[in-house]
Amino acid sequence: MKLPARQPYTGIPRWVSGLAVLAALVVILPLIAIVARVNWANFIPLVTSESALDALGLSLRTSAASTLLCIVLGVPLALVLARGSFPFQRLLRSLVLLPLVLPPVVGGIALLYTFGRQGLLGGALQVLGIQIAFSTTAVVLAQTFVALPFLVVSLEGALRIGGQKYEAVAATLGAPPGVVFRRVTLPLILPGLASGAVLSFARSLGEFGATLTFAGSLQGVTRTLPLEIYLQRETDPDAAVALSLVLVAVAVAVVALAYGRPGGLQRQGPALWGRSGQRPTTPGTAGGTVR
Amino acid sequence: MKRSIAAVAALALALGLAACAGSGAPAGAGTSSEAAATTLTVFAAASLKSSFTELADTFEAQHPGTRVSLSFAGSSDLATQINQGAPADVFASADTKNMDKVTVAGLAEGDPRVFATNTLAIAVPAGNPARVTGFQDLARDGLRLVTCARQVPCGAAAATVADKAGVTLRPVSEENAVTDVLGKVTSGEADAGLVYVTDVKSAGDKVDSIPFPEAGAALNSYPIAALSGAKDKETAKAFIDLVLASEGQQVLAKAGFGAGRQ
Repeated sequence: MKLPARQPYTGIPRWVSGLAVLAALVVILPLIAIVARVNWANFIPLVTSESALDALGLSLRTSAASTLLCIVLGVPLALVLARGSFPFQRLLRSLVLLPLVLPPVVGGIALLYTFGRQGLLGGALQVLGIQIAFSTTAVVLAQTFVALPFLVVSLEGALRIGGQKYEAVAATLGAPPGVVFRRVTLPLILPGLASGAVLSFARSLGEFGATLTFAGSLQGVTRTLPLEIYLQRETDPDAAVALSLVLVAVAVAVVALAYGRPGGLQRQGPALWGRSGQRPTTPGTAGGTVR
Repeated sequence: MKRSIAAVAALALALGLAACAGSGAPAGAGTSSEAAATTLTVFAAASLKSSFTELADTFEAQHPGTRVSLSFAGSSDLATQINQGAPADVFASADTKNMDKVTVAGLAEGDPRVFATNTLAIAVPAGNPARVTGFQDLARDGLRLVTCARQVPCGAAAATVADKAGVTLRPVSEENAVTDVLGKVTSGEADAGLVYVTDVKSAGDKVDSIPFPEAGAALNSYPIAALSGAKDKETAKAFIDLVLASEGQQVLAKAGFGAGRQ
């Protein structure tokens, strides 16, 4: 029983491999089942029907908008959480992460009682002549609510692991905080930001419960692709399966973009992560970050 | 080696699924120790929840030793489950279309019988802030109307009524289920919603109901049938008889249902 010298230990007990295969099957089998169920003869007509295209277009537009909103709001929030020091900071971090674990329908109800006609801000919005419920704005709000934590978590991880030494150097060279943020911090966190944005986009694309509860469902206005699939399921299972496959394909593309390529997004940033070769990790790659 | 892993995987998967199925089954599944007890499994449309729960209690009182296990869901989901082999003894559907799915598959015992009818009503938030008085008002500019989508029975009924009345409805949202429509009304987001009479009754004082004569254009029939897979056909038939008898009809009328045509 001599171990080969200087070889990393790679022994895996057989039963662990067995369970690993099972775990993979749990994820992969349902995907195979969808592909097997697709009515390929009618696939193109099914996914290019007017209602399907409306839903896909709306999904892409709203997800892009909410991702943008996530970046605009999430970068400052992550920065404040990672670098700031103020009372209730830990509490704020926990609260911001809440939508990750909250059932989306609960999010929808919460949004309804915030922005709805009789909600917390409803009166003020009505005075301003703004109606949010049943509008595309409601869809974007619901998506932003569920997707924001993904961006914040990714970025906060990048900020913490990256450290502050480069910023400190820039500051000692006389750069004001604004310049440090633009010229040093932003380029440093770009890889984390990119994978966070991709994850937020994916989460927005899949948003269902909060949208259904808060925004309603009307073709071209609030009926996104997941809602269209849910509705088609009632009368046309073939169309529901075909559209599901479209979402699966988009999801595969998103995951590939974020993690799949060897040395994907995270290596494109400046090579500033120290000699150890340590790169900023996102919660997806290092499980322990989400707490 | 590969084969043994596959076998382990299949076994573990099967065990896992069996465990899940066990926990998801009605509590009656665990009463097999009471050998004498028979369990009647009734799949019923969600709108029947309060009336069938009451009828199940009555039935258990009349048939000591029999437990009625109720499963409520959307009729299309129930029909799909039955066609996929779910162990149901009786199926009560909210429309004939979904009952047809089961009869066409040859799973119904005899012809289904219509035991109740349901009609549409306009639901408005308590106090009727938008002052809706009739069906014509639903087409008013600026009124936020919510209906079901045409793909589901309540939406099909709404479309039929609107066509017959010559009114063009422009809802701000077309929901998947009557409960979603009702939710938008109870929360005050919608000025009016088209739902069933029975839904307004069960919603209590959060919504007001405005009946309208045009609703008669779309009468929704509720058929009930024993299933050919029923373990105890006599018990299944006895339950259906109770639903159709005056006792059952009274419970249904109390919930707002119209009488069944028999």
